[in-house]
Amino acid sequence: MRCRKCPKRAVLGLPRHNTAFCGDCLTEFLRTQVQRAIKAQQMFSPEDRILVAVSGGKDSLTLWEILLKLGYRVDALYVDLGIPGYSSRSKEKVEQFAKLVAEPCGSQLTIHTVEEDAGAGIKELANLIKRPTCSACGTIKRYQFNRVAWQNHYDVMATGHNLDDEAARLLGNVLQWQEEYLQKQSPSLPASVEGFAKKVKPLYRMTEREIAAYAVVNRIDYLVEECPMAKGAKMLVYKDALNRLEAESPGTKQRFYWGFLDRQEKSSSVAPSMSEIDQTTLQPCIVCRQPTTAVTCSFCRMMARAKTAVK
Amino acid sequence: MKVHLSHPTRDVVIQGPKRVADIFKELNLIPEAFLIIRGQDLMTEDETVADGDSIEIRPVISGG
Repeated sequence: MRCRKCPKRAVLGLPRHNTAFCGDCLTEFLRTQVQRAIKAQQMFSPEDRILVAVSGGKDSLTLWEILLKLGYRVDALYVDLGIPGYSSRSKEKVEQFAKLVAEPCGSQLTIHTVEEDAGAGIKELANLIKRPTCSACGTIKRYQFNRVAWQNHYDVMATGHNLDDEAARLLGNVLQWQEEYLQKQSPSLPASVEGFAKKVKPLYRMTEREIAAYAVVNRIDYLVEECPMAKGAKMLVYKDALNRLEAESPGTKQRFYWGFLDRQEKSSSVAPSMSEIDQTTLQPCIVCRQPTTAVTCSFCRMMARAKTAVK
Repeated sequence: MKVHLSHPTRDVVIQGPKRVADIFKELNLIPEAFLIIRGQDLMTEDETVADGDSIEIRPVISGG
């Protein structure tokens, strides 16, 4: 198979675009997709300071690399969850990338260690408060990324969520008719109230396969291993179902998620915006001051329960 | 050929030469969820893997 843009050998076929690219043309194509996403969703400008949430996996390290290559002002935050073995291997990948790729560009890595803050790793903590590990992990990561972005005056916080993530999440929300979550599925969420950082997903136009191919072509050394806590997760079932549909009809995931975004945009003139809803439903947590719908935010409630359980 | 797979990590031996698309079929894998890597290079589905080659079939799906 030949590259559709130059005479070189193709390294990846992209059936949903009915094309194939060599390594250089794939790199250029995918960076353009990210630039297009940033512009279309008004995510940030070259003057803005961006904080990328990194995990050591292909998505977040690729996002960090692409934003640096595109010339944005970007730093990164890694949350060390304290999962035996897995966390040390993922941290090693992040630190290695920071040293070899990011720091020479003036980009800094911050590490937050859950055990130092909570007195226990994520699995132990989830056991203490009797919650699923992935649920406790989500609460901690969302809280810490927002806290660091807000306290350090970053203009925007970026995550490596891709087209597969968003299509799978949409499928899950539609299957359960969780309408209240649908509005939060935008690739660009505003800093709707005091205490919330703006959140964006610049990789939403790219599939996991395209991102993994970009990482291989550009020698980004990421952790291939899956988080041991994610085994059996519902999201993986949704992703598998969507990939089976994609194999039969290329472009299914894109039509599903982008079609949803088009409908969301059309309805935005009649429905109240997320900012309007947040401003009427959120208030500062009495412990940490981060916005919450309750008196105390879910993170502070979780930490209080963990402390009680230890006693 | 020697084929390295992940989740769980294992090596299997397949008779070659064989096209990448046929390797996916033989192992009952969906191409959309994997990359095929020989050395440090990606391979497309129409390319052929020789009998003496070693390849990695790398899953691209992540997240819980």
